[in-house]
Amino acid sequence: MRTNVRIFVAAGLLLAVALALFVSPLASPEPDGLQRVAVDEGFDDAAVDSSTAGSPLAGYAVDGDDRGTAGAVSGVIGILITFGLGTAVVGVLRVLRTDEAESVSTSA
Amino acid sequence: MHVPDGFFDATTSVGAGVVSAGAIGLSLRKAADDLSDRLAPMAGLVAAFIFALQLLNFPVASGTSGHLVGGALAAVLVGPWVAVICLSIVLFVQALLFADGGLTAYGINVILMAIVPVAVAYVVFVVARKVLPKTRSGVVTASAVGAFFSVPVAAATFAVLFGVGGTIDLDFRSVLFAMVGTHVLIGIGEAAITAAIVSAVVGTRPDLVHGASALHTPLDVRTTVPARPDLAA
Repeated sequence: MRTNVRIFVAAGLLLAVALALFVSPLASPEPDGLQRVAVDEGFDDAAVDSSTAGSPLAGYAVDGDDRGTAGAVSGVIGILITFGLGTAVVGVLRVLRTDEAESVSTSA
Repeated sequence: MHVPDGFFDATTSVGAGVVSAGAIGLSLRKAADDLSDRLAPMAGLVAAFIFALQLLNFPVASGTSGHLVGGALAAVLVGPWVAVICLSIVLFVQALLFADGGLTAYGINVILMAIVPVAVAYVVFVVARKVLPKTRSGVVTASAVGAFFSVPVAAATFAVLFGVGGTIDLDFRSVLFAMVGTHVLIGIGEAAITAAIVSAVVGTRPDLVHGASALHTPLDVRTTVPARPDLAA
């Protein structure tokens, strides 16, 4: 069972990519819960642009274009980056911990 | 619920950053205790999948949408400590590359969309699992209940933080009721999506579901640090 964790992860990633490509263009464009409350309660004007607002992928777009495929493509880029980071951060933890265990066991 | 820059004063933003850094540090330490070789790819998958699901805003009321936060989903699949790491990574990528959630608000967002939802969802999940039958559907139902409560509690936390360190002085109760009211609806969506995914994974690979470990304990292989003979001497 252990060997096909890779198959499971690959299938899950494919599904995530499919969601970004085919379902995200159908997502509701309405403001989210917090944005709605901010407008209703009158604190939406307090929001300022993030210093990353000028980045090429800002607002789930590609170079400012968030229509159709551009939005979907930016989503796929985000999926691949979060997958890489998540795997790397937890993978590094495991390596560090294994080294620690080995250094304890070999120091005898 | 991504908080943009400008909603919170500097003191609160820095304080939230310190709290978040502490919680992420603790989560990294705790996650390192699990030496399973499937944990890293599962953490990557959970982070990536939640990133994808957060693209999918669903309508909740007229002129309002919501998307999955993923606290319950991540906590049930990979455990609460790895869940906090996964969600913090999602928020980091969103803030840095997609300008979704402010940079100075990163600590606030980690509290609202990683620490609080994971903690609430996991505690509720564990309690519900004890009450519910020890079956796959019991695990799915407990996940949904945890998911449902995690969202309005995070929304209430926003109201509390905004009352303490928001840049605009507003009636606390008014913000609280508006936030909780809206996010109860989003919590229903959160529960439905979480239940659907946990059900699919528990049905195909229950061995990969942290929160379903009570359902399959015939093979419990662990690695432990060997005793040190030099200290025993």
